[in-house]
Amino acid sequence: MKIYRLHALICAGTQCISAGGESFESALRDELKKQGLTDEVQVVETGCMGACDRGPLMIVYPEGVLYQKLKPSDAKDIVSEHFLKGRKVSRLMWKEDEAPVPGLEQIPFFARQTKIVLRNCGMINAESIDEYIASEGYTALAKALTEMSPADVVDEMKSSGLRGRGGAGFPTGIKWEYAAKQNSPVKYLICNADEGDPGAYMDRSVLEGDPHNVIEGMAIAAYAIGASQGYIYVRAEYPLAIKRLETALRQARQYGLLGQKILGTSFSFDIKLRMGAGAFVCGEETALIHSIEGKRGEPRLKPPFPAVSGLWGKPTVINNVETYASVPVIINKGAEFFRKIGTAKSPGTKVFSLAGTVNTTGLIEVPMGITLREIIFDIGGGIPGGHQFKGALTGGPSGGVIPLQHLDTPIDYESLGALGSIMGSGGLIVMDERSCMVDIAKFFLEFTVDESCGKCTPCREGTMQMYRILSDITSGKGRPGDIEKLEEMGQLIKMTALCGLGQSAPNPVLSTIRFFRDEYEAHIKDHKCPAGVCKFSEAKTEAAIA
Amino acid sequence: MPKINSLEDLKKLREQAKEALKTRSGDVKVTIRTSMGTVGIAAGARDVVKALIDELEKRNFHDVEIMESGSLGLDKEEPVVTVERDGVATTYGKVTTDMARKIVAQHVINGQAIGEWVIARNKK
Amino acid sequence: MKKHTVIEDLHQAQEKDRKHTYLKEGNMQDVANGCGVPASQVYGVATFYTMFSTKPRGKHVIRICRNLACHLGEAESVVKALRAELGVDIGGTSRDGEFTLEESSCLGMCAVAPAMMVDDKPYGNLTAAGVRDILQRIKNEG
Repeated sequence: MKIYRLHALICAGTQCISAGGESFESALRDELKKQGLTDEVQVVETGCMGACDRGPLMIVYPEGVLYQKLKPSDAKDIVSEHFLKGRKVSRLMWKEDEAPVPGLEQIPFFARQTKIVLRNCGMINAESIDEYIASEGYTALAKALTEMSPADVVDEMKSSGLRGRGGAGFPTGIKWEYAAKQNSPVKYLICNADEGDPGAYMDRSVLEGDPHNVIEGMAIAAYAIGASQGYIYVRAEYPLAIKRLETALRQARQYGLLGQKILGTSFSFDIKLRMGAGAFVCGEETALIHSIEGKRGEPRLKPPFPAVSGLWGKPTVINNVETYASVPVIINKGAEFFRKIGTAKSPGTKVFSLAGTVNTTGLIEVPMGITLREIIFDIGGGIPGGHQFKGALTGGPSGGVIPLQHLDTPIDYESLGALGSIMGSGGLIVMDERSCMVDIAKFFLEFTVDESCGKCTPCREGTMQMYRILSDITSGKGRPGDIEKLEEMGQLIKMTALCGLGQSAPNPVLSTIRFFRDEYEAHIKDHKCPAGVCKFSEAKTEAAIA
Repeated sequence: MPKINSLEDLKKLREQAKEALKTRSGDVKVTIRTSMGTVGIAAGARDVVKALIDELEKRNFHDVEIMESGSLGLDKEEPVVTVERDGVATTYGKVTTDMARKIVAQHVINGQAIGEWVIARNKK
Repeated sequence: MKKHTVIEDLHQAQEKDRKHTYLKEGNMQDVANGCGVPASQVYGVATFYTMFSTKPRGKHVIRICRNLACHLGEAESVVKALRAELGVDIGGTSRDGEFTLEESSCLGMCAVAPAMMVDDKPYGNLTAAGVRDILQRIKNEG
């Protein structure tokens, strides 16, 4: 078998590619050819390495050195100095406080993470099933099929305490148990890869970087509930994820890890890829089901829940990408191992996409229970430019803001709920004093109004009315009583909207009013935007004139 | 691509595939260090590295990583090759491509240093 | 035999139209026949999802993200540059029929904001000046 003395791992996630990763790779390959090193250096395209704002990224083994912000013109030095002579190129290495860092273990952004779901991302060839297998891939499926009964698998998932990572946090084992108990010869499994929360790209990175992990998790789930057909529903805005999934599915079938009589057992299971077409609402499970059925993506009332009656009326388990990606490790290492990480009510890890005004933004995986302060300041490196932390948004358009006084809240499902926010899918946007909370609330509502499917009146009309009031406030036309009106409408919509998305649409507004009421009042009473963001029209409000 | 029909098949494929990833895991039995300073290269270090790799491939031994460094300051002894195994770092001097192949067979794989070519020995 | 791949079939039909990237009535009827479902259902689907268009567009579709992370990252200046360069507002198609400018919901490229996709290629770290070069390159490559 061929031996390469050097492995050059280049991040081929969407963001590194969009920052010029492909041009760098071509330049590197050309230079390797020029210097006669193609036989000694293996160039590997991996999935997302996580530090998405410092791309294009490359890790070189065996030294474990990380290069950042690479340009095609850097290829010459890297090959001549490092690959040929073993002299690392300091000016291109990852910097902490302007100084180059020798290896990944010395970089807080990487060293302080706990990688379970992302353990292979950035480490293996994203398009190689062999490298996935080398990394213990498909051993969990083999263990489940040969040593465990479907009921054993359900029990293990229940013991692990894994909760749905799509946002709602419903206990996965219990969902599988409902579906397993249904008496139906036909059952379905769906993977929700319609990641639409602004600021969230965790699922995309997993699909692009370690698609087999998701496939294996789905196969184990299918075995547990008794399904033989699965679907992965991906947003059409993720063409690279679709391509990598197609490759992975083909490879799995070729190896017989999907299809009939897997690993010589009587279990048969296969997966079809289905696409979205630009509708945020299809992230809601019943809307997603309708979309797969070839209809408009509109939600319906629950109950019945999909586990009882879902796709084409059959028992269906729908889970998020990250949830399935957590399954193989739980089966391999056991529920106990999983429980040791995180908190008692929220075991395990969570992948967050850290965005906004933070020194290092990107993808991170941390144990549940870590505080926001640790994420932003220890892992993210703090707020740049001497600015002050003002708030962090979790849960996207369904979530809320965590202000300074709650920076030390341990992050888990319950604590975020108590603060009027939700865990959400993992988007974490950090803002400093230059952001206006009223403007942010208006922003999320604009998104919600745009994406509302229109089926129920509370969401279709209610969010529009809330948006109008917010527009008035942010343009200086706010009136006394507007805040109370927003609160009242918000509560009403929460109680009466048809689906979870509508019910949580008022959250950003209610949350920002809860913690930044004075900012709203300044807009209305003092005709001022404290952060200096909102542009007020010349016309004064009645209150200001009076 | 042959089908994986059993747990055994999967295990076999995993063991094989793992070998190819040793360079990334760092979980190796032997580390070979070569000196690739200007003098080393001028003395023929590149061909020595190629010979080392070729012999390892021939003998199907993958529990190894190959690290390059700059000059060790032993210009007169170039090309220089150090084998780190079992807690000992053994340095060979004036290595030729033939010597490289014998070092792989006898020392890297079988753990037996070739005394007459050794110029330095250190505990690791 | 009823087929359920309405969305996938519509994507395919739309992609085949290299010049105007949209769905004609005939396309939708074909998909309806192929899937064994009423044309009204297909029309309902085509008008529900934002990536489908029943009106002619340009050769290339630009989807610029104006969502929160991009908004905080100066996306507006890029949008301004695009509008000036193409001579259109959001939703419009340039005179030469090359580009249609559309707004997208979050593309998940927040770490390289401002970001956009042109057809299915991602572009990040956009600047007002750089975006003009990108469009020129795409136009030249055809």
